[in-house]
Amino acid sequence: MPTKIEKDAITGRDTTGHEWDGVKELNTPLPTWWVYTFYACIVFAVVYAVLYPSWPWLSGHTTGLLGYTNRTQLTQDLGEQAKGRFKFVDRIRTASFEDIRKDPELFNFALAGGRSAFQTSCVQCHGAGGAGSKGFPTLVDDDWLWGGKIDQIYRTIQFGIRNTNDNSRQTMMPRFGADQLMTAAQVAAVTDHVLSLSGKGKSTPEGAKLFQDQCAACHQATGKGNQEMGAPDLTDGIWLYGGDRDSVYRTIFYARNGSMPAWSERLDPATMKMLALYVHALGGGK
Amino acid sequence: MSSQAALLPGRRPAPSYVEDVIRTSMVLTMFWGVIAFTVGVVIAAQLVWPQLSFDNEHLTFGRLRPLHTSAAIFAFGGTALIGTAFHIVQRTCRARLFGGAPLGWFILLGYQFFILTAAIGYLTGVTQGKEYAEPEWYADAWLTVVWVAFLIAYLGTVLKREEPHIYVANWFYLAFIVTIAMLHIVNNLAMPVSFGGAKSYGAWAGVQDAMIQWWYGHNAVGFFLTAAFLGMMYYFIPKAANRPVYSYRLSIVHFWSLVFMYIWAGPHHLHYTSLPDWAQTLGMVFSVMLWMPSWGGMINGLMTLSGAWDKLRTDPGLRFSVTAVGFYGMATFEGPVMSIKAVNSLSHYTDWTIGHVHSGALGWVAFIVFGTMYYLVPRLWGRTTMWSTRLIGWHYWIATVGIVLYITSMWVSGIMQGLMWRAYDELGFLQYSFVESVAAMHPFYAIRMLGGLFFLSGGLLMAFNMWRTVRSQPETVGTDGRTVFAA
Repeated sequence: MPTKIEKDAITGRDTTGHEWDGVKELNTPLPTWWVYTFYACIVFAVVYAVLYPSWPWLSGHTTGLLGYTNRTQLTQDLGEQAKGRFKFVDRIRTASFEDIRKDPELFNFALAGGRSAFQTSCVQCHGAGGAGSKGFPTLVDDDWLWGGKIDQIYRTIQFGIRNTNDNSRQTMMPRFGADQLMTAAQVAAVTDHVLSLSGKGKSTPEGAKLFQDQCAACHQATGKGNQEMGAPDLTDGIWLYGGDRDSVYRTIFYARNGSMPAWSERLDPATMKMLALYVHALGGGK
Repeated sequence: MSSQAALLPGRRPAPSYVEDVIRTSMVLTMFWGVIAFTVGVVIAAQLVWPQLSFDNEHLTFGRLRPLHTSAAIFAFGGTALIGTAFHIVQRTCRARLFGGAPLGWFILLGYQFFILTAAIGYLTGVTQGKEYAEPEWYADAWLTVVWVAFLIAYLGTVLKREEPHIYVANWFYLAFIVTIAMLHIVNNLAMPVSFGGAKSYGAWAGVQDAMIQWWYGHNAVGFFLTAAFLGMMYYFIPKAANRPVYSYRLSIVHFWSLVFMYIWAGPHHLHYTSLPDWAQTLGMVFSVMLWMPSWGGMINGLMTLSGAWDKLRTDPGLRFSVTAVGFYGMATFEGPVMSIKAVNSLSHYTDWTIGHVHSGALGWVAFIVFGTMYYLVPRLWGRTTMWSTRLIGWHYWIATVGIVLYITSMWVSGIMQGLMWRAYDELGFLQYSFVESVAAMHPFYAIRMLGGLFFLSGGLLMAFNMWRTVRSQPETVGTDGRTVFAA
């Protein structure tokens, strides 16, 4: 079709003379501010590309005038943050727990470092602040499975529980029901006895006898448990997997045998020491 | 108004256009829109109440999330694009669709078949694990067939046009179709384990795979969600406002600068990763240079309204389109800012990115589609207006409030996340655990879900309005002999 340039009455601009399905176009020049902002962005891009690594060639790339790389920046940033930590960390690595606790500055640092490490590696199971949850012990009370002295806590952190590390704490409660060491009725009788130890319900002579024969070796005749074996105290009413009759029955029938990683395989000794001090100070340390 | 061209002597009357396909595409767009918004609200609620997956693998966030993104981008957006592409190319070329109705139906229905195939895959756990490219090889192969047919139909129509020039909207649609074909094929190159099974192994590995994935991913944004919808804008805003496009020159310069620069910007998705430094730099600087090319479209969209701003009072459909251009301008400024490495080190992996995507997806893409449909649906079905103009106004405000709730909550939550992750205490230890940042985001997730609920409610009003418009008795042709598409 022939082009027909018109003047738009509202803007005073000419049209380009084209028309498609009634749509026309004005021949407005590029807005000046748009052009100059575009140029400014291009100048920024060129300058940035000169300063930083940018254009590739066959066997490398321009490295830029600033000598910047992501890796050097990361090393630098981490170094900045580590600077304040280094002098303390060295002292923590060499000092004994006693010495650290005697030095308020060092002890405060250890608690802060322990808290930070706890929030990264421990909260997933033990909960924020060490509140624990079903199957994962609370760390803020003074009920300990493997001991609440600082050295015992440190050892648990270092080597963990029931994992593949050679020094891991390793004890297993038998699966009394599942492996047919007891009948279901016997498990039920022991359940009643275990519950009676914390003042819930009544024991039976059969349950008491089974407990002495099968359980007392680890949990002791009184049910007070044994931290050397990681055998919980059954008299205090604190339950890791629930204290209702069904949960206790299941614990005896199938056993539980929770596990924890050996953190010495992932963390450095200073961090583990700070963790031990932090957990010890949560409220329940002996 | 009647067309100038139609009045020119010696000019053949306009050909009969393929329209049934376009009408069907509008209904499907509405359907997919409601699905996409609904699934979005469901997964937003799952982030507030994780138990809402009901321990059912098919309802887990990991499977519903790609269902939501694909339903929004490919089903809702893609179906709208196919329909409007057919509408615009026929009318601005004054030519019946190449291949006629059969090819049109094949493309529209073939594309729907792809969507269903992909969706079933997501729910049953079949995925390539590539964001926005989750479908496995069999769905990808089928989409390639459909897409090539789309290109043939589009290009064929352009080639047999009766107009001497190619209208700007067609440049954008063509750039979209050609580039998506290239991106789709390269990113999805894979070797199936067997022809009877869904599993395949991709052709790329390691950082090259990541780079190709984000070259694809970012240009899906650039050419699917930006260029194509700009094409939609370039036709429907001048039509609805009844005004000439502001600047032909700007349309040329911003089109070429946009398509040239977008293709380089992908690496900004991989800042501070094992992607080589030089690629990160180029991704960043090309993103910064993209700012003005993107804004060229905004200027042309908004300035086309000069002399017709009063129409916004009476035409809430046009209000959708103009607000869309506003959100487009905001998102295309935010994008370059977020691509700057210093900003990205704060924003990356946070909800800020999610907010940014949704200001584009809800504010720009969905709003320009709503504006287009409120213009197109009554005309396609031979009505003078939608069933209820008041309801369009309600939809506008409910949806706008929804977007504002969504993006502001994600800005706050995202920046808070970024700051919490990088916070050190005075002794040089990280201040917060990850789970503390998750807990801090909880209220903002609730606000985001509320925003999504608003947006969905608006979509339901639109679906109702559309249903009533389509089901109402056709308007009788006016005494002036006015026919629907004289426009």
